Amino acid sequence: MTIPAGQKILSIQELKTYFYSHQGVARAVDGVSFDLNKGEVLGVVGESGCGKSVTAQSVMQLVPDPPGKIVGGKILFHEKNLLTLPQKEIRKIRGSGIAMIFQEPMTSLNPVFTIGNQISEMFRIHKGYGKKQALLAATEMLDRVQIPSPHKRVHEYPHQLSGGMRQRVMIAMALSCDPEILIADEPTTALDVTVQAQILDLMQTLKREYNTAIQLITHDLGVIAEMTDRVVVMYAGQVVEEAKTRELFKNTLHPYTRGLLKSIPVLGKRTASDRQELTEIKGMIPSLTNLPKGCRFSNRCPQAMDICTQQAPELTGDGSGHNVRCWLHNRIQDHG
Amino acid sequence: MLAGKYATQAEREHVRIVYGLDKPYYVQYANFLTNAVKGNFGKSYISQVDALDTILERFPATFELALSAIFISITGGVLLGVVVSIKPHGILSRLIMAGSLGGISIPTFFMGILWVMVFAVYLEWLPAFGRGDTVQLGSWRTGFLTLDGLKHFIMPALTLSGYQLAVLLRLTRAGMREVLSEEYIKTAWAKGLSPFKVIIKHALRNVLIPVVTIAGLSFGELIAFSIVTESIFQWPGMGNLLLISIFENDHPVIVTYIMLAAFIILSINIVVDMLYALLNPKIRYD
Ligand SMILES: Nc1ncnc2c1ncn2[C@@H]1O[C@H](COP(=O)(O)OP(=O)(O)OP(=O)(O)O)[C@@H](O)[C@H]1O
Ligand SMILES: [Mg+2]
Repeated sequence: MTIPAGQKILSIQELKTYFYSHQGVARAVDGVSFDLNKGEVLGVVGESGCGKSVTAQSVMQLVPDPPGKIVGGKILFHEKNLLTLPQKEIRKIRGSGIAMIFQEPMTSLNPVFTIGNQISEMFRIHKGYGKKQALLAATEMLDRVQIPSPHKRVHEYPHQLSGGMRQRVMIAMALSCDPEILIADEPTTALDVTVQAQILDLMQTLKREYNTAIQLITHDLGVIAEMTDRVVVMYAGQVVEEAKTRELFKNTLHPYTRGLLKSIPVLGKRTASDRQELTEIKGMIPSLTNLPKGCRFSNRCPQAMDICTQQAPELTGDGSGHNVRCWLHNRIQDHG
Repeated sequence: MLAGKYATQAEREHVRIVYGLDKPYYVQYANFLTNAVKGNFGKSYISQVDALDTILERFPATFELALSAIFISITGGVLLGVVVSIKPHGILSRLIMAGSLGGISIPTFFMGILWVMVFAVYLEWLPAFGRGDTVQLGSWRTGFLTLDGLKHFIMPALTLSGYQLAVLLRLTRAGMREVLSEEYIKTAWAKGLSPFKVIIKHALRNVLIPVVTIAGLSFGELIAFSIVTESIFQWPGMGNLLLISIFENDHPVIVTYIMLAAFIILSINIVVDMLYALLNPKIRYD
């Protein structure tokens, strides 16, 4: 594991993205802050529904509106706030500055266009290539993501490829214009285990080749351990812990993170259901429209104290980059 | 009856023999079938000329009318459907949707008469009936090539297209709604494409698959059943001929018309099937 150069390229500050419905306001992302450094792989973990995807979509400004709305915060990309940038500028950044791949390779590609056409599009809009040149570049990208006989494959349609192949195509498309950041939203969740490993391998290889910073969203802590330099743990729309990956595993502070780690299934016995369920944490994630007063995890926390149900803790740290949002560790800052 | 109201008994007998109506009905039917297979549908009772020829002579008028109508309903329906799906709650969208409800529920004859009232009677902008000047191209008589001919198209084509336009509009809107929430549309936005590309290339192309299918299928119906529109505008097409033939009890023409309509609808269905395969890559390869 290399130590990241430490230069911030993406900085999310106090981001708030809410969803408005008849039931009320769902505070899906509620004051999330974290940075992404040049060339690093940042893992984002948390239970289903904790706001990982919405955070990523906010960065790309792909939150469906209505019902979603980014109501506060800043997203700085190279010191420019994406939230106040005009649409035209955003479009330039999408794809060429920040690229994104999604969970479902089966449905993420347009069924009526050849994959060559879909990858070519990237070169045509961002680099102004002509039709032929773009197709050639697309073929080369397919080769890069280790798709066999790319010359034949460029002319095929998505339904002619397997799930793993399609995810490779998505990666090829995402990396085609050398983005500085790749946001991968559970890129391997929908794939079976062997294909998963291949895709992760590929991502690691390409990361080294392109020196792309990756924000890897997953709920698989095995993937986090294998792939990432740093981790952000999210719970109910907030960051609850943030640390270098090794530090997080060695010196876990937040009770929620500890619960997550305990629920990692034994290696070799990984099945889909094992990975989804967090058997070690009792209870349910609170409703985002009706959050508890105090700490959002307090109703499930085995170590909850009086103050936890009264007052919400802040995200605090000792300056080493290991931050936590918990009353048990709040004093660290005072001493540090 | 065929011989005329004032025919004598002998004249009636003669007519029955000439048309083969004296034979038992099953023999008549067998004769009809063998002749039909050979492409001979008998002679019109009224004009004494071949029924198929009589109808085919009228075919260009109907075909061109149906073609203009389907053109209007596809372009109008798809265009308005896209507009409505982009801003579903805008005032324009609400107006369009209300209009489409009218298109579906106002009967064709009423709409036709309304057009005539406004544009022919009050404003006197457009001719009220007929085909206007036509040009003969081989055996095809076209109204597309003269200005007068084109003017005559406007109202009948709009009338005939009204219902289809509303249906295609609603189909496009429903399709766009569904497709715009698909993952691949999110991918398209994430690539940095312009809204035009996302909506027209990535979304609409998928929506067109069912739209073209329905439009194609209804094209056959427009040709075969443009009767009401043709009679309002006194359009010299097959529909008008059918109406006259029904009044006159001209059975050979009626039967031939129905056979021809079935044939047209069938052939168009085949063409639509092929078009569908062209639009949908999954069909092409499976
Ligand atoms: N389109 C939407 N409409 C309404 N609410 C939404 C929408 N998308 C997300 N939300 C809300 O945001 C919350 C967080 O969703 P998000 O997709 O970010 O979760 P996630 O952490 O990515 O979970 P998963 O692991 O299942 O992908 C959801 O619980 C839901 O209440
Ligand atoms: Mg998600």
